[in-house]
Amino acid sequence: MSVRVLVAKVGLDGHDRGIKVVARLLRDAGMEVVYTGLFQTPETVAAAAVQEDVDVVGLSMLSGAHMTLAPLVVQALRERGSDVPVVVGGIVPPGDLEELRSLGVAAVFRPGTSGEEIVNVINALAAVAR
Amino acid sequence: MAEESALEEWRARYERAAIRDERFATMSGVALAPVYGPADAEFPGVYPYTRGVHASMYRSRLWTMRMFAGFGTAVDTNERFREIIRSGGTGLSTAFDMPTLLGLDSDDPMSLGEVGRCGVAIDTLADVHDLFANIDLASITTSMTINSPAAVMLALFVAHAESVGVARAELGGTLQNDILKEYQAQKEFVFPPRQSMRLVRDTIAFTAAEMPKWNSISVSGYHIREAGSTAAEELAFTLANGFAYVELARQAGLGVDDVAPRLSFFFNAHIDFFEEIAKYRAARRLWAKWMRGHYGASDERSWQLRFHTQTAGVSLTAQQPEINIARTAIEALAGVLGGTQSLHTNSMDEALALPSEKAARIALRTQQIIAHETNVANVADPLGGSWFVEQLTDEMELEAEVLFAQIAKMGEGSMLEGCIRGIEENWFQGRIADSAYELERSFNAGQRIVVGVNDFTEGNDEDELATLRITNEDERKQLHRLEKVRHDRDSDAVRAALTRLASEAADPTINLMPALIAAASAFATIGEMMSALEGVFGRYVEVPTL
Repeated sequence: MSVRVLVAKVGLDGHDRGIKVVARLLRDAGMEVVYTGLFQTPETVAAAAVQEDVDVVGLSMLSGAHMTLAPLVVQALRERGSDVPVVVGGIVPPGDLEELRSLGVAAVFRPGTSGEEIVNVINALAAVAR
Repeated sequence: MAEESALEEWRARYERAAIRDERFATMSGVALAPVYGPADAEFPGVYPYTRGVHASMYRSRLWTMRMFAGFGTAVDTNERFREIIRSGGTGLSTAFDMPTLLGLDSDDPMSLGEVGRCGVAIDTLADVHDLFANIDLASITTSMTINSPAAVMLALFVAHAESVGVARAELGGTLQNDILKEYQAQKEFVFPPRQSMRLVRDTIAFTAAEMPKWNSISVSGYHIREAGSTAAEELAFTLANGFAYVELARQAGLGVDDVAPRLSFFFNAHIDFFEEIAKYRAARRLWAKWMRGHYGASDERSWQLRFHTQTAGVSLTAQQPEINIARTAIEALAGVLGGTQSLHTNSMDEALALPSEKAARIALRTQQIIAHETNVANVADPLGGSWFVEQLTDEMELEAEVLFAQIAKMGEGSMLEGCIRGIEENWFQGRIADSAYELERSFNAGQRIVVGVNDFTEGNDEDELATLRITNEDERKQLHRLEKVRHDRDSDAVRAALTRLASEAADPTINLMPALIAAASAFATIGEMMSALEGVFGRYVEVPTL
């Protein structure tokens, strides 16, 4: 069965170039991709992830709100009893990486990450989760 | 009677222009003409303006070095503004945070984590007072990058200026107010497209009547390009949106010459040097032809496409960020050789965070080097007549015309309808996403090199730059500030102003600007004003597509 990924934009950030490009890259790599659109909350993302039974949740964050919102998505998932890994892509300063990981974010893809690396990391996370 | 040649017309205009007190010669002393070309060439300041909108171009006035800034609270951004003015910046450009751009108050639950993050947080007139404290708005032009709540922000700006004794007629500047590209590319929308266009119409009519020095819309290709379009798509979609606003104003009873001179444009300066220059040249020629030929404009200011340029954020790399200074310099030079009226240069650290003060200063210095050391501002359109640049300009023009025809077809002859239907049918969004994906695939396939990313990566592990940190402290400060304003204001007056706003919104024949200015003056929050409008207009939800 192919890997299922929910890609999501949480909060007010409307920059959707990255999420659309990554979603297509994942599809080309044989994954099933669910996109719920702009302006989602941590709760709507967690609910969709559980309902769609995805293997990985990917958040695209370019507005600087990642330190607040990404951990809230992790928390909302865990509160629903889901241990699905959460990855973040976008403008994340290097100084935030360690703290994001300690708050439960499984991987961060900073600008310049290749499509191949994103696919490989998501495949690896999905394999562990299964 | 023989028609005056372009050369003669140019010469007459050049002789009338005020010229800067400067020696126009090369470093070695070779005297330079203001423009070069054979007698049968196109010339700047002459229709169709391919070579520039002014006969004397930068010999009269250098471009405006307009640095976009905004972060944290209004007090923080006011300090940055004053630093920009002290460093020689000649215009202000305000970046708002996400809640403000979406018309939400800082204490809205959706604003959590976003307050003051990627721009300044503005909730009420009190914040606008802080933002422009000790800045003389009659002597500097101010650009405000905001779209869905553009009419609300204009109302706040007018209310502020008048409270410090500057009449609205004295205010010079630009409101971005380009809602069409929000649905197409930037995605900061609130109301549905047709309802949003009512607000745009009201701002066009209001500024045409009461603010003679104000540009009502900055028709923006920048975000279309940043979202992934090609250069030709950026050019075509932007101009098509411009045509749509002209048609909107005509529907409101304004003449094309009432509105077209108040539209300015905003383009990206990407890294493909000559393609960008050709894009700017084609933009001027296309606009002039369409305004005169298609829309029947007779005022030459309607034919002249004036534009702001910003270097390409997407071209910056997080790896070896210092090399972004070189990228930005090359992009900025394309903007200048393409005849831009104003320019923002990105800071080297913008793929990492909001710019630090030092990085922003280096970006401004980059423009100053181009302006004062390189001598490129001495001669108008220095690349005009290059076989390559001329042909690339023609190709850009042709590609744009093909796209115009498709948009006109969607609108059954109307560019306004074509732009709105193209949004509703996801045509623009789909094309932009396709182009973004094609480009990304070529990077991933190694067909394109990005220095520091997929080649020349030695040095990537060196120490990181010190970047600006926005803490949650700003969010807390802003929440306190808002709470205090809510407590201190006359809540009956606010309620009355909001009731008036909602009832006038329900009548599409009424211009909403006076009601918005009254609400702003009563210290209604942006969120309250937008909610009052949303109650009548509804909310737009984009159908998610990949």
